[in-house]
Amino acid sequence: MENTFELSVTVNGTSYQKVIDPRTLLSDFLRNDLELTGTHVGCEHGVCGACTIILNGDPVRSCLLFAPQVHGQEIITVEGLGTVDDMHPLQEAFREAHALQCGFCTPGFLTTLVPWLEENPNPTEEEIREAVSGNLCRCTGYQHIIDAVKLAAEKMN
Amino acid sequence: MTYKVIGKRVKRVEDPRLLTGGALFVGDVNLPNMLHAAFFRSDYAHAKIKSIDTSLAKEIPGVVGVYTAEDMGEAWEPGPPLVSPPPTLEGVVFNSRRQVPLVKDKVKHAGEIIAVVVAESRYIAEDAVEEIYVDYEPLPAVTDLEKCLEPGHPLVHDDLDSNLAAYLVQNKGDYEAAKKEADLVLKRKFKLDRGAAVAMENRGIVVDWDQKNQHLMIWDTTQSPIPIRNGMAARLGLRTHQVRVVAPFVGGGFGPKIMMFYAEEMVLPWLTMKLNRPVKWIEDRKENFYATTQEREQVQEVEMALSKEGRILGIKQKIIHDTGAFDPYGLTTPLNTQSHSMGGYDVQNYNSELFVVFTNKIIVTPVRGAGRPQGIYVVERMLDIASKELKLDPRDVRRLNFIPKDAFPYNHEIIDQAFVELVLDSGNYLPAYEKALEKIEYDKFVQEEQPRLRAEGKYVGIGVVPFIETTGVGPYEGARVAVEPSGKISAATGVGTQGQSHMTSFAQIIAEELGVEVEDVSLVSGDTAEIHWGTGTFASRGAVVAGNAVLAAASDVRKKVLKLASKILETPEDELELEGGLVRVADIPEKSISLGELAVLANPFRGAVEPGTEPGLESTKYFGPAYGATAFGVHGMILEVDPETMMIKIHKYIAVEDCGTMLNPLVVEGQIHGGVSMGIGNAYYEKLHYDENAQLLNASLADYLIPTSAEMPHIEVYHENTPAPNNKLGTKGVGEAGAIPVPAAFAQALENALPDFNLEITETPLSPNRLYELLYKSEE
Ligand code: FES
Ligand code: FES
Repeated sequence: MENTFELSVTVNGTSYQKVIDPRTLLSDFLRNDLELTGTHVGCEHGVCGACTIILNGDPVRSCLLFAPQVHGQEIITVEGLGTVDDMHPLQEAFREAHALQCGFCTPGFLTTLVPWLEENPNPTEEEIREAVSGNLCRCTGYQHIIDAVKLAAEKMN
Repeated sequence: MTYKVIGKRVKRVEDPRLLTGGALFVGDVNLPNMLHAAFFRSDYAHAKIKSIDTSLAKEIPGVVGVYTAEDMGEAWEPGPPLVSPPPTLEGVVFNSRRQVPLVKDKVKHAGEIIAVVVAESRYIAEDAVEEIYVDYEPLPAVTDLEKCLEPGHPLVHDDLDSNLAAYLVQNKGDYEAAKKEADLVLKRKFKLDRGAAVAMENRGIVVDWDQKNQHLMIWDTTQSPIPIRNGMAARLGLRTHQVRVVAPFVGGGFGPKIMMFYAEEMVLPWLTMKLNRPVKWIEDRKENFYATTQEREQVQEVEMALSKEGRILGIKQKIIHDTGAFDPYGLTTPLNTQSHSMGGYDVQNYNSELFVVFTNKIIVTPVRGAGRPQGIYVVERMLDIASKELKLDPRDVRRLNFIPKDAFPYNHEIIDQAFVELVLDSGNYLPAYEKALEKIEYDKFVQEEQPRLRAEGKYVGIGVVPFIETTGVGPYEGARVAVEPSGKISAATGVGTQGQSHMTSFAQIIAEELGVEVEDVSLVSGDTAEIHWGTGTFASRGAVVAGNAVLAAASDVRKKVLKLASKILETPEDELELEGGLVRVADIPEKSISLGELAVLANPFRGAVEPGTEPGLESTKYFGPAYGATAFGVHGMILEVDPETMMIKIHKYIAVEDCGTMLNPLVVEGQIHGGVSMGIGNAYYEKLHYDENAQLLNASLADYLIPTSAEMPHIEVYHENTPAPNNKLGTKGVGEAGAIPVPAAFAQALENALPDFNLEITETPLSPNRLYELLYKSEE
């Protein structure tokens, strides 16, 4: 590679230094270089939201960023939200309400909603619909996702 | 039958991994030394290839190879026919033309693959694709269903004398005689357009040929791993045991991920064997629009003969069904349309003439609903129009025509997609219909709400539509269930899972039979190393066909468990019970033995297994129904049209479903919600726009709009239960049900909302723009 970039980034609390091709998409960097494959890619044009990650506290679409753009910053991916034995209350609620079927879109919903719930601890159904309207799910018709968010909000309060 | 675990709202065992980013999808498979493929696809829909120049692409550092059809030599061969040609009806025409791995001389749809690049990274492979140059001679594209059969029309397949892919007539009774008795004969033409399945995960395949082991490993986003394994072995001249196909977690299927032998699925195994390195290809969203199969395009002319009371005396239909450039999936989709064109009604006379045509559009194979929505659309629209003409309440017309409860099994006397007679196994339609009317408060709406809202200038309307769904067709599925020495249960079935919750609902069946916890059952679905025989996940058949195979295998294991335990506990089998992972004597609960201990005893290291018995507590069983199980449902909606923007708001949505025994109501409801969202897309948002050159104009998720949470109403789901009589569980499928009635209910509600316009809807999908045009036209 003639042209390289030395990237330092903190992901899920671990700091990484990697030499990468500067045109590497952040989504590809996370999935291939860090093997954090929980971040999914559904469209690579910023519409579906499956690739959402939390960058410095805010949800962003990792398919729309080049990895060098996050140099020196902090990322949380779905892997950083909880573990199989210790899930985030929102993850628990997703399970309880059957808010996922194929589960492909799910990481993007979780990373969109975790920061959002912190700012909106008592959301109404209308607000939840609005909050997830930028994430596409083809399986659930969204209803159980909305139920799960309500449930999570109750649990977290 | 009362169950302890079946029918409960059990939380899914597959969820924790999916929720924490730890579930394996095909795109997550990364192997050492792996290469990446990218495809050069035709921009033209119909063109002769004059020359291909790959020389510049080959020079790019990191490119390992660039290949065209010529390079494949003997290995070049079209995909297999997936569903055998149509049955022995008289006068059937079927011209089988299947997709090819790489185009040789003539491109037949935009997106067809002309060359493949293999490189050290996907980035490099895509760079190289940009450096491939193809010289084409463009040809006029075949796009118009009604004109494409005219003499002299350009041909998709030059070796045929027309664009006719198939022709058949299905007949029941004597329509022409019935017509003579009719008080009303209605005739309408319907246009049903194309949509895409849009699974959130695109397709993908990773292949790894192990030269020393002479073994090919394939990870594929397929709904049908076993047929892919079998077909792949046959294509490559390997034995089936030399090929293992794994469909790990798959991010939505909805039909197009069936055992298609897509071009990419044919090219990649050839590449790994040639290059002796693993190769990966993951479809991007644009490719998904151009290369993954689609469905729904038909033109229909329908005639319905009725008595003045609204009784259907007969239906006559001419269907022109677009199969796209190839017809690998036979006649499944249009046969489904025929099977549903009489709906759940007692129709004695039916004549349906089917023309399947080739066009230069993307291949058509089933998409959730699979021809059924088109059938339900036309019969329900015809009944709505007839009700208006006859000045009858549309509800009474339906009530009058439903197949009565005591007429089941009801033989529709035509053949269905499984090539067997369309027999509706069971049903009780009227109560479900009445329940829907009650839940949506039909009377209250039309008598109170609607007049009040209309007085406020609001355009609100109601639509309620019943439908059948043929499900659970053969040929068969299998399952293997085994008790491990740990006392946990391992199970496998060949139906791949794309979100249907198989790992939970099938575990519930096993837990019920063997008295273990659902969490103690680990079920693999979609790995050919785990089970040898099977077909796949399609036609809403998992819960019926695989579910009953799982039950049969689990029951057999239960028998083995009881037999062995009876010997060891010295107690007759009928005094034993299975509970909490133990076999115990019913009235002396302390006298027990665990399943794990029994499993160890059933697999002794020394001594001999008794003649005529098998080691282990394991069983593999199959289930194949003579004919399917037909589900029923009724959907109703109340919607409002904004007369300025033509935007729609659905205020209330109810679904009454009768899918027989439910394995897990949570899952059933989820399936319905998802189906309805696809149906709403099919009704008002999702249309693939092809231009006259058969170019797809909206091939991105920014231009092809699938419903978001903002478009989706809250759906109330209610259940009825008419168990299927021909399978032990009593299950009927529900996977596609949600999508089937929506466009018909939507059209009914729209007409009802806009009474001042002389609106008659005979097409789907609509859109705000299209609705505006229709209203403007009807005002003229
Ligand atoms: S993959 Fe990034 S928004 Fe779809
Ligand atoms: S659960 Fe499958 S796309 Fe959302």
